[in-house]
Amino acid sequence: MIRYTLGRLVSLIISLVIASLVIFSVIEIIPGDPASFMLGINAREDTLAALRSEMGLDQPLAVRYFDWVIGLLQGDFGNSWTYKTPVSELISDRIWVSLPLAIYALILSTLIAFPAGILAASRRGGASDVTIMGATQMGVAIPNFWFAMIMVLIFAIHLRWFSAGGFPGWSNPLQGLKSLTLPAISLALPQAAILARIMRSSLLDMLSEDFIRTARAKGLTRSQALWRHAVRNALIPVLTIIGLQFSFLLAGGIIIEQIFFLPGLGRLIFQAISARDLIVVESVVMLLVFTVIIVNFAVDLAYAAVDPRLRRKA
Amino acid sequence: MSLLNVKNLSLSIGSFQILHDVSIDIQPGEIVAITGESGSGKSLTALAVMGLLPHGSVMKGSIWLEKKNILTTSEHDLCSMRGRAMGMVFQEPMTALNPVKTIGNQVAETIIIHERVTKFDANKRAADMLQRVGLTVDPSRYPHELSGGQRQRVVIAMAIALRPKLLIADEPTTALDVTTQARILELLKDLVADFDMGLLIITHDLAVVAEIADKIVVMQNGCIVEAAKTQELLHNIRHPYTKALFNASTHRVILPKYIPSLPLLSVESVARTYNFPRKSVFGPRPKFQALDGVSFHISRGERVGLVGESGCGKSTLTRAILGLEEVQKGQIMLDGQSVFSQKKPNLEVRRKMQVVFQDPYGSFNPRHRVDRLIAEPLHVLENAPIGKDRDLAISKALEDVGLTAADSKKYIHEFSGGQRQRIAIARALIIEPELIIFDEAVSALDVSIRAQVLDLIADLCRKRPLAYLFISHDLSVVRTVTDRVLVMQLGQIVEQGQTEQVFSNPQHTYTQSLIAAAPTLPEVTYAIETI
Repeated sequence: MIRYTLGRLVSLIISLVIASLVIFSVIEIIPGDPASFMLGINAREDTLAALRSEMGLDQPLAVRYFDWVIGLLQGDFGNSWTYKTPVSELISDRIWVSLPLAIYALILSTLIAFPAGILAASRRGGASDVTIMGATQMGVAIPNFWFAMIMVLIFAIHLRWFSAGGFPGWSNPLQGLKSLTLPAISLALPQAAILARIMRSSLLDMLSEDFIRTARAKGLTRSQALWRHAVRNALIPVLTIIGLQFSFLLAGGIIIEQIFFLPGLGRLIFQAISARDLIVVESVVMLLVFTVIIVNFAVDLAYAAVDPRLRRKA
Repeated sequence: MSLLNVKNLSLSIGSFQILHDVSIDIQPGEIVAITGESGSGKSLTALAVMGLLPHGSVMKGSIWLEKKNILTTSEHDLCSMRGRAMGMVFQEPMTALNPVKTIGNQVAETIIIHERVTKFDANKRAADMLQRVGLTVDPSRYPHELSGGQRQRVVIAMAIALRPKLLIADEPTTALDVTTQARILELLKDLVADFDMGLLIITHDLAVVAEIADKIVVMQNGCIVEAAKTQELLHNIRHPYTKALFNASTHRVILPKYIPSLPLLSVESVARTYNFPRKSVFGPRPKFQALDGVSFHISRGERVGLVGESGCGKSTLTRAILGLEEVQKGQIMLDGQSVFSQKKPNLEVRRKMQVVFQDPYGSFNPRHRVDRLIAEPLHVLENAPIGKDRDLAISKALEDVGLTAADSKKYIHEFSGGQRQRIAIARALIIEPELIIFDEAVSALDVSIRAQVLDLIADLCRKRPLAYLFISHDLSVVRTVTDRVLVMQLGQIVEQGQTEQVFSNPQHTYTQSLIAAAPTLPEVTYAIETI
């Protein structure tokens, strides 16, 4: 297990280095000079040069890459060219919206998907199975922003249970959580639909395995066999999807953030791209990549916790 | 009173009538064997006794386990009987255990779900039971850390943890090596005597049946065709089907005489080592020597057998000869050319060599028609026949193996297991290779089909000089279809020689133990009316 964890750690570090190189070079290759963009097309050549050297754009590539990486390691993401504030501040304001939202949505989707998937698999072909599969089919097909708008209509405008948007901050945690509830549900529903289907098919695969027959021959009832032997074995593909979904929820909430006026990472990166604020784009993308790699690392460890056969492999 | 009494059991699933009027009786301490070929209904009979038939099964008759009729018992009561009153052991030990739970845990589960015990007590009893079935490994191990034989012991321990009165074993040793099989059969016999259990054993292997059973039940197409005490049945076989089964099991083919000729394949001091992951972070990588200085040769037209238990290196050797894998030491030459050149299989050589695998179901692409399947090897030829010539080659290959040219337009699912294996042989024959490798090619077949395929192989040898390497764990088959035999153990060839000589007078202790462990059919006599 220790060996497995170390092995995963090494591959985590390698992925981070490669990701930082790719992000840095892609941003460098993109046409568009931030200095001339900021000063407008009528800017004089010497003002441009001054701004470039102030922003460090005249340094060689390698120097700029190492400056950037060393900064990142120290928590210094540089200054935003458009906001004129440290990028770390911009990010830390917004990560406290996006990260809780993603975790909230993931918990919701898991809480919906697991029971639904297990119920559908244990009643295969029955009424519950058909209903759940129909519902998940719709959940996969309907885009999450549509859910979001319907929910605003019902719960914010008609019932007035929730506010239609905005985020009051975490000074009152309950208020903060409440304002994230509708966005989290609209993010969670389509994810839950996918997850429930994966859970069901993975469980059905497991239920046809020989060891389920062995368990039944020992005297376990159908549902005992399912709970004690099939569920844990069915988790591997489900964990993979959960890992992928978390990354999507963190960065992909941009439309939902727009609908609910949430000051999240998605909006920040969207604005930064429009303003050619490369240093913000770089930093946010790097942060997202970092999160994705950490989540994958966690998923890998979860695999090994679930399946003893994986613990030995590097 | 009998322990198990199956009376006039009929079973149908949908519109298929699967069992007809099956009656079986087992006394405590008695071993009853059901034998027959695939599709005879022997496994479903066992599942019916356990009450574990698939959905939609309709049964008539009765199955009495002591005073309870299984057919009228509720699912709830059946659950409390399974594991306690009756246990079952299945064929495939590799998949019968849950991979994510420890073996001790899985044995203890049988106790926990039936009795009010503490986890500690259950684990303790599980550990005792694992010891009782002769397992020396720690109960905290996982199934993947155990060999097939060890896993089968775990499955047996699970089934007998509560000392059920009836144990059902469905092909319990079919997936195991001969020496392991002998030990498991010994264990089962011992347990029956010790616990005074009734044992219903299902097996297609007549030699196993003759060795272990007190009573034999022969089934064909869902009917019992013959049932009697073992000695009575062996000395007075009445039904023609039983006779055919015994004949097929002892089937001997007549090979044309091998005329010594020039060497074709030469394997010279070949070695292959696999590395395992390190056990500790800085420890050395454990190594596994799959092949260790293997040398032999096969001459043109010579039929050579290769026997040995699983893990002895047979598969690695096959892959190396086919050029699918590079060897680290030594050289493999076919007709003077290396089978592996410049990091890939040598196509020049592959034109002269083909292979037939074990699984007649898994080794064909189900979406292709037979003509495309058997024409596949043609692409290694430089001047592959096209158009009419190609069709002609396909028809000839099919006719050579006893099928017809019309079969070429069918899909593979339209054929039985034996026919599929004929198609696999046709696929190997189409480029008229000098050497064919039969890798457990008849192991998955029923005895009567196996006899036909062996006849076919002998027939092909008569038509043209065909050299082959026949790899099998089944000693009796190797004995009849080969001129010379190689015995492999732990990556080394420990004995080789003329087949008859090796079998009748084995020199190496390993060969001796293999031959001793293989169950043999006793002499049988037929009732007058069947002859």
